[in-house]
Amino acid sequence: MDMTGAAYWLPIVWAVLAAMAIFIYIVLDGFDLGLGILFLAEPNKTYRNVMVQTIAPVWDGNETWMIFGGAALYGVFPNAYATILPALYLPVLIMLFALIMRGVAFEFRSRMHTQRMRDLWDVGFCGGSLVASVMQGVILGTLVSGIHVENNAFVGSGFDWLAPFPLFCGLAVACGYTLLGATWLVWRTENTLQDTMRKWSGILSIAMLVMIAGVSLWTPALHATYMQNWTDWPRILFVAPVPVAVIALAVVMFMALRRKVSRRIPFFCALGWFFLSFSGLGISIWPYIVPPGMTIWDASAPPSSQAFLLVGAAVLIPLILSYTAFAYHVFRGTVNEHSESYH
Amino acid sequence: MGLVGALDPLFLARLQFAFTVGFHIVFPAFSIGLAAFLAVLEGLWLKTGRQVYLDLFRYWLRAFSIVFGMGVVSGLVMSYEFGTNWAQFSQKVGPILGPLLGYEVMTAFFLEAGFLGIMLFGMNKVGRKLHFFATCVVSLGTLISMSWILSSNSWMQTPQGYAIEPGTGRFIPADWWAIVFNPSFPFRLVHMALAAFLCVAFVVGGVGAWHLLRARRAGHAPTEAVKVMFSMAMWMAAIVAPLQILAGDTQGLNTLKYQPAKIAAMEGDWDSQSRAPELLFGIPDMEHETTRYKVEIPLMGSLILTHSLDGKVPGLKDYPKDQRAPSYVVFFTFRIMVALGMLMAVLGVYSLWLRWRKRLCSDVLLQRFALVMAPAGFIAMLCGWVTTEVGRQPFTVYGLLRTADSASPVAGGSIASTLIVFVIVYFIVFASGISILLRGFAQEPHVGEVGPDAHDPQRAASMQAAVSNTAAAGETGKDS
Repeated sequence: MDMTGAAYWLPIVWAVLAAMAIFIYIVLDGFDLGLGILFLAEPNKTYRNVMVQTIAPVWDGNETWMIFGGAALYGVFPNAYATILPALYLPVLIMLFALIMRGVAFEFRSRMHTQRMRDLWDVGFCGGSLVASVMQGVILGTLVSGIHVENNAFVGSGFDWLAPFPLFCGLAVACGYTLLGATWLVWRTENTLQDTMRKWSGILSIAMLVMIAGVSLWTPALHATYMQNWTDWPRILFVAPVPVAVIALAVVMFMALRRKVSRRIPFFCALGWFFLSFSGLGISIWPYIVPPGMTIWDASAPPSSQAFLLVGAAVLIPLILSYTAFAYHVFRGTVNEHSESYH
Repeated sequence: MGLVGALDPLFLARLQFAFTVGFHIVFPAFSIGLAAFLAVLEGLWLKTGRQVYLDLFRYWLRAFSIVFGMGVVSGLVMSYEFGTNWAQFSQKVGPILGPLLGYEVMTAFFLEAGFLGIMLFGMNKVGRKLHFFATCVVSLGTLISMSWILSSNSWMQTPQGYAIEPGTGRFIPADWWAIVFNPSFPFRLVHMALAAFLCVAFVVGGVGAWHLLRARRAGHAPTEAVKVMFSMAMWMAAIVAPLQILAGDTQGLNTLKYQPAKIAAMEGDWDSQSRAPELLFGIPDMEHETTRYKVEIPLMGSLILTHSLDGKVPGLKDYPKDQRAPSYVVFFTFRIMVALGMLMAVLGVYSLWLRWRKRLCSDVLLQRFALVMAPAGFIAMLCGWVTTEVGRQPFTVYGLLRTADSASPVAGGSIASTLIVFVIVYFIVFASGISILLRGFAQEPHVGEVGPDAHDPQRAASMQAAVSNTAAAGETGKDS
């Protein structure tokens, strides 16, 4: 393969962009899914409606980042797309089924004519959110564990994902998303519901810290290269401050929750944890897109494809982010059961 | 075939893909037509200030939120299914089709999703003008999305602008302009856009007809909103249905030029001939290379396909056996599509005549006809897609990449089990969605109609439900 010029740089640019898109997806859809997981934990039906109201106008856009992820992978790293999806066939499809159930539940739950059916779609909303979150973690965990590839094609078993590390990652991601959901509701709701969510945020923060520690200790044990990646110069410069930052964020989080000083701080602390974990992951696997064998260059589409899409992305992604921000701005402010603002 | 044949991974992958894409396409088509209709209604409301347009806008907006949501979730499946079911295809064609799909997401999906919240919930938050802008942007988004996906699909039918990489067999983009504007794209785009508009026009017409019939039974005059929507739908039928016949005809000419084997399969013709008849009916037999029980009109085949009585039309025997599409499928789907298209045009012309005689909203025959034809647009569209997709077989990229060489290394058992789950999940979702839509349509649009509202959706919906249940009970009482 030609490793000079565009064929070398474009995959790097796209890998950074793809990582950014995945992180945006986590930021936007994480709290959205987490809110769904918390749904059945809230027995009060009025509060459940308030919870849904905080995301109803924006959830379609959040989910679109997931579609973008699929499309970009298909166009920019087709070999990775064609390897990861067959390898993770069942978890991907289970995730999609779950996302379908929770997606339609948004519209269906309020339009059912009997309480029984409404309750049933509430279960669909919660269950779908939970399963989708767990599967995203499982997919990530399987990818990090390594996928068996020969001649640019998947040759492993269809059940490689049914292993301790991927399942642990599934639990970790679901736990993290739930924390994002709880802190989002601390930000966007009031009074009793907000107090309940503060309690949840505290419990989930502890769980999240345990999960982060678990994944961090487990990952370098999976492959020698991961360990090397963490301790090599200059990467160690990025790795070393991570535990300190995690603890610093924990201090801020618990202080904010206890003193109730700010609505937003807990949400951004939770996002901070995600950012640190996500960067740690990136540092571990770089420059592989399908560990242990396929690098971003192996997986790449020809430069003519990557360049064509990059031109559009450079112009359109900032535009997308700005009108998404506008939509959030229109629906800003806290929501409560008497909220008159949406009439 | 037996069990072994039924568990053939390729067959299962095709079945699963056909099922999911067939389910999906209904919703984008509905959204494309409905978004344009909503933009027109809101525009008319802003321009004339007539309450009836706002009432209709809010009435159809409620259906739109359901339809759009179902389109998003079933579309999400599609963006991953290329990889799960067609890994080899994705690997070879991803460099070309992937960026097109990427542009679709960036220029259309985000636009739609970004402004949908404002369109659904924001009327009193952003003011009328900005809200109208949001509606127009959502509508524009649906049209942009359709353009990209039809460009991709058309490229698979009439590929150009590529080079094939030696060794890997990958398609490398050489000329993006040629790829996007491939020869069948403009025709297919127009045909599909008109199809989407017709789908919605006939649903709106059917709902209008239902309420006209109900009002007549109940012995009261139909409301203005019902009359306005029925009239608008009938205008669409009268203008767009004949246009669609023209568009279909030009697409047929294009297919004859670039995919003559597909035409031969659609027509059930085995021997190439001039002065060819048109088969009205027949049962194509692939094995014995003949079409049985033929009912034919002399010369019409040549006339329709070539616009000349002694034009030469292709026959399946011109092509090797392993390059023929299954005629026994496309022969029928094509005929159902055409027959429904003709019926739609008949309905449109009939409505014009009644409009001229000032009996548009009082003719019972037209109302019954329109009611029966409510799903006609969707059925015709699905038959059209089956015709063009099955007609492309046995290739995924016409003439270049075989379907058999496009599959994923996934075991038949995995595909079979997920296929069953797909059927169950889609049945639940489809049945619930359709029943919610139908229940909504069964209510008349009334003055001061409320659209979807982010404030306490459950309470608002249940109050509405209570009101409409009471109203429905009252009306049923009157009916019996």
